[in-house]
Amino acid sequence: MSPVLAGVLQLLALVAALALAYRPLGDYMAAVYSSDKHLRVERWIYRCIGANPSVGMRWPAYLRGVLAFSAVSVLFLYALQRLQGSLPGSLGFVSIDPDQAFNTAASFVSNTNWQSYYGEQAMGHVVQTAGLAVQNFVSAAVGIAVAVALVRGFALPRALGSARAGGTPIRSGELGNFWADLVRGTVRILIPISIVGAIVLVACGAIQNFAGIHEVGTLTGGTQQINGGAVASQEVIKELGTNGGGYFNANSAHPFENPNAFTNLFEIFLILLIPFALTRTFGRMVGSVKQGYAILATMATIWLAFVGLMMWTEFHGSGPALEAAGGAMEGKETRFGIGASSIFAVSTTLTSTGAVDSFHSSFTGFGGGVTMLGMMLGEIAPGGVGSGLYGMLIMAIIAVFIAGLMVGRTPEYLGKKLGTREIKLAACYILVTPALVLVFTALSMALPTPPDSIYNTAQNAVGGSGAHGFSDVLYAFTSGANNNGSAFAGLNADTQWYNTTIGLAMLLGRFVPMVFVLALAGSLAEQKPVPETAGTLRTEKPLFAGLLVGTIIIITGLTYFPALALGPMAEGLSS
Amino acid sequence: MTTEVKKQETSMSTPTLAPHQDAPTGHKAGRVGGGLFDPKQLVKSLPDAFRKLAPRVMAKSPVMFVVEIGSVVSTVLAIKDPGDWFGWVIAIWLWLTVLFANLAEAVAEGRGKAQADTLRKAKTDTVARRLVDGTEEQVPGTLLRIGDLVVCEAGDIIPGDGDVVEGVASVDESAITGESAPVIRESGGDRSAVTGGTKVLSDRVVIKITTKPGETFIDRMINLVEGAARQKTPNEIALNILLASLTIVFLLAVVTLQPFAIYAGAEQSLIVLTALLVCLIPTTIGALLSAIGIAGMDRLVQRNVLAMSGRAVEAAGDVSTLLLDKTGTITLGNRQAAEFVPVKGATEAEVADAAQLSSLADETPEGRSVVVLAKEKYGLRERHQGELENAEWVPFTAQTRMSGVDLTEDGAGRKVRKGATGSVIAWVREQGGTVAEDADGIANRISEAGGTPLLVAVEDARGARVLGVVHLKDVVKEGMRERFEELRRMGIKTVMITGDNPLTAKAIADEAGVDDFLAEATPEDKMTLIKREQAGGKLVAMTGDGTNDAPALAQADVGVAMNTGTSAAKEAGNMVDLDSNPTKLIEIVEIGKQLLITRGALTTFSIANDVAKYFAIIPAMFAVAYPGLDKLNIMGLASPESAILSAVVFNALVIIALVPLALKGVQYRPVSADRMLRRNLGIYGLGGLIAPFIGIKIIDLVLSLIPGIG
Repeated sequence: MSPVLAGVLQLLALVAALALAYRPLGDYMAAVYSSDKHLRVERWIYRCIGANPSVGMRWPAYLRGVLAFSAVSVLFLYALQRLQGSLPGSLGFVSIDPDQAFNTAASFVSNTNWQSYYGEQAMGHVVQTAGLAVQNFVSAAVGIAVAVALVRGFALPRALGSARAGGTPIRSGELGNFWADLVRGTVRILIPISIVGAIVLVACGAIQNFAGIHEVGTLTGGTQQINGGAVASQEVIKELGTNGGGYFNANSAHPFENPNAFTNLFEIFLILLIPFALTRTFGRMVGSVKQGYAILATMATIWLAFVGLMMWTEFHGSGPALEAAGGAMEGKETRFGIGASSIFAVSTTLTSTGAVDSFHSSFTGFGGGVTMLGMMLGEIAPGGVGSGLYGMLIMAIIAVFIAGLMVGRTPEYLGKKLGTREIKLAACYILVTPALVLVFTALSMALPTPPDSIYNTAQNAVGGSGAHGFSDVLYAFTSGANNNGSAFAGLNADTQWYNTTIGLAMLLGRFVPMVFVLALAGSLAEQKPVPETAGTLRTEKPLFAGLLVGTIIIITGLTYFPALALGPMAEGLSS
Repeated sequence: MTTEVKKQETSMSTPTLAPHQDAPTGHKAGRVGGGLFDPKQLVKSLPDAFRKLAPRVMAKSPVMFVVEIGSVVSTVLAIKDPGDWFGWVIAIWLWLTVLFANLAEAVAEGRGKAQADTLRKAKTDTVARRLVDGTEEQVPGTLLRIGDLVVCEAGDIIPGDGDVVEGVASVDESAITGESAPVIRESGGDRSAVTGGTKVLSDRVVIKITTKPGETFIDRMINLVEGAARQKTPNEIALNILLASLTIVFLLAVVTLQPFAIYAGAEQSLIVLTALLVCLIPTTIGALLSAIGIAGMDRLVQRNVLAMSGRAVEAAGDVSTLLLDKTGTITLGNRQAAEFVPVKGATEAEVADAAQLSSLADETPEGRSVVVLAKEKYGLRERHQGELENAEWVPFTAQTRMSGVDLTEDGAGRKVRKGATGSVIAWVREQGGTVAEDADGIANRISEAGGTPLLVAVEDARGARVLGVVHLKDVVKEGMRERFEELRRMGIKTVMITGDNPLTAKAIADEAGVDDFLAEATPEDKMTLIKREQAGGKLVAMTGDGTNDAPALAQADVGVAMNTGTSAAKEAGNMVDLDSNPTKLIEIVEIGKQLLITRGALTTFSIANDVAKYFAIIPAMFAVAYPGLDKLNIMGLASPESAILSAVVFNALVIIALVPLALKGVQYRPVSADRMLRRNLGIYGLGGLIAPFIGIKIIDLVLSLIPGIG
């Protein structure tokens, strides 16, 4: 079987599996967030944290919940790392430096999982399981909660009957209860799927233990340290929650995390599972599954196009080495091959995952560009858990606003008018990440010391530093501000500058947009819905999905075109 | 007036309809067209365009303000390095970009200014004859206060807006409406409002002033058409916010590009970066946005409709329910005789003859239509009152509700009567006659079919008896059914408002093809209907003229008051139709939609343009550092300088090229949203993507002919 055919077959199997899970999971999640019953374990949690899950929250209260919870999480994770040296079960690792501890805390709380540390050389069992793994669950649950709040904003007050949370009917302007959404997402969605997923991974060879460090002799006569750990359980939520922070530095390329071709495909499935299914949840909650399908079609179109593009560039790279290997094999595992690695790379960068089973820095110039562009689109196809949906809905608002005017009505989406306030908030949302990426990258190129972190400084024809070196920095901030977490490995990011700036980019890139999303949700929730007529822009039609794809590509593509031209394009076009 | 039902209805709408009531205007002439665009206007507006360069004015449009700053920066740079021709040329074209934007706005405003000048002529200073305690005194019109009483006689210019409180007069309102036929203004009722600046042609009236000088209708009109009172509409503000944020995004992209370029060993000159920025920010829509808004208002003015705010024009595009008065909008102003039905024992010809005779003294439109029908269908020549000797005419009055004639022919007396069922029956009985048994049946049948029955009776040698029944029918205007069909496709529901009973109303509603009707409507019913529709999230438009319409006009999202209406109605509505043509509501909706479509189309076009500009400028900037990037130069532009210059020139010229479209508006057809989106996306989305590739290439070909550039 040719590698291309293998890649295509794996793609088909993946699509089939996602299609099978789409409806049941989407409907189940809609039920979870609309139910008015509390599980016993949830009641117990509410009592512990002192929250009343039955109180309806308006957007400022909901936002306070999100920010307070996340702030406490950052502080807790920071403290845990700083105290690691004096905690038991730390495998003898010392405490983490302040800048790196800040960076890592910001990274895991913001669902980014950028790692400027080497997992097997820095983090013990306690930090890995009590700190990082916990954040893998709750940061994902926060993302879904914010998305659900926005969906409720669209659905209200039309769906007053169904969109209930915590037993009390939602009143106009209320977005549900943050604590209920957070706990339910964790207890009813993420944990059950993770348990099943972890068992599958263990059955296929991923490790799950609390063993210490084994030192083994290698064939060449040297020695190698091999860590044990609760890997499978962390691996599953790493993918499912679109987190991406590996137990080991090699991430999903490490055989303990990702033993074979099947687990590789299974991990891609986990990455895409919830983000895609949330479009069904959205459709259910706004009372029209077709609206969900239109969003799904938009996401799927972009994702498939990127997979196609990636496979094409990776299989057809020119040069003697590439032709001998049948494609760009550098940085890719022979266990997975070019096809599966391409699917993984696209899926991890089009979601906010950032897990890798191959090394993006070693992809062809264009291939690296595809991973970067995926993140630059705002990770909305299908995007991170929750964040993908709300990011896509913001783009839908922009598309409806520009093109919707062309049907001769002031724009409305899902029956809600897009007035000055809504557009102001959506415009602010789309400004945040480009500002963070471009400004921090520009500072890193312009200041005297940060460029020293670039390993790859091959000179170009007229004596400037290499395009690839620039891509390393651009990738780092794109990944951070978009909460992806993957990296071009050609950059030493464990410096004070990068730890601090990328940490800031991650926090601001996660929580500032959330402020705008929740404010928008609040403003939508207060609006009386406009009934649909024959003169209404039909947002459930293929034409609209096409329009949305175009808007996303043009608006975000144009923002980054000059930067991409000097990085991956310069590299890709010169070869 | 002929019947009870008719009388009810007159309380809802004026009986006398203005000149343009016959057919929906502009219907066949390809929808909403625009005013003509004369290239000479560009030259005429040039001085205004220069005046608008003042930063205080420019700051209102964030996008163009950025371009102006860019122009200043590039000019300063060119002055510092005067030998660099490229800097000078870019600076000049950036200034031209700003100037073209101002020109677009100035041209749009210029059309209103011409109209305002005409109005100003009507607003000559008048001397008012103020009544103080019954005595007249002469005061300048500008000193009048609200509540003052003034006298106007034939030849006087009415000094201010007000209501007639005494007398009847014919008034020439051509200064405002452009319509030369005089109109009647009388105290009481719905025709009492007069407008300052119009001229009394006959008789004498006493007018109570209702507005302060300087705030009169004509003053407001001047302000409106001049654009002095123009405020940004909600949708325009929202669009401006989006454009501003796109400008910030591109500003970031360009500002941060320099460090990247330096790292790549290809530092860029500030001139080139400024050129790139101006090309990327959405200048096309930024330049034309305010012109589109002004032109939209102007299109209304050209149809003799005054919108009191741009907000109302926008709302018109969103309207989902139209309340249409039956009379004058859906049907011709009045009922018309359609048929003569004889009772048993009488012939159709007898009825026709008697009906004609008895209607000669009936000057109401219904009465005239009986005469016309008798002539057309039964070949009865119209007789004139004078040619019949010994005739005693009984004119129609609202009290008797009958008309007729008492004739003495060859010594024998003959009395003929025609009128409302009850009145005629009473008359026949009074004369000692009998009412044919089937007369009632026929009358009922006509009522059930939505018509109005008029009885025709005679008293002669054979005694008093009913001869037959005249069937009066509402005649639905031609083309209305198709019009409502179109509205339905646009997603707009039509509701007919009438004072008729439900039976009659239903028959007419079915015939006209409206979606719904409100029968025996009182102003309160109308208000309830509007509120109910609005509670369902719908936007409602209506027309009205009477004082009792005022609350509903104010409640409706688009309330169009007829100029013939009372000042209360004109005050309550947010638009005034100077032609007093209720059918125009449909056109107003179309103009509202057209305004929004034009805005969306040019925004889409503007953003789609950027793709080509990147393909021109990026290789020009960086192909030296990274030769591979020259592959992006898919247009094969001659040199880096000509590539950048071509993009800048295209960016400026496209503004001028689109001015006519901005002023005329994108062509609007009443089709479903889906088809409209497909069509406009094709033209302005795809077109916006492709057009600049062609345009920039052509400009580059021309530029490369100039030595030193190619």
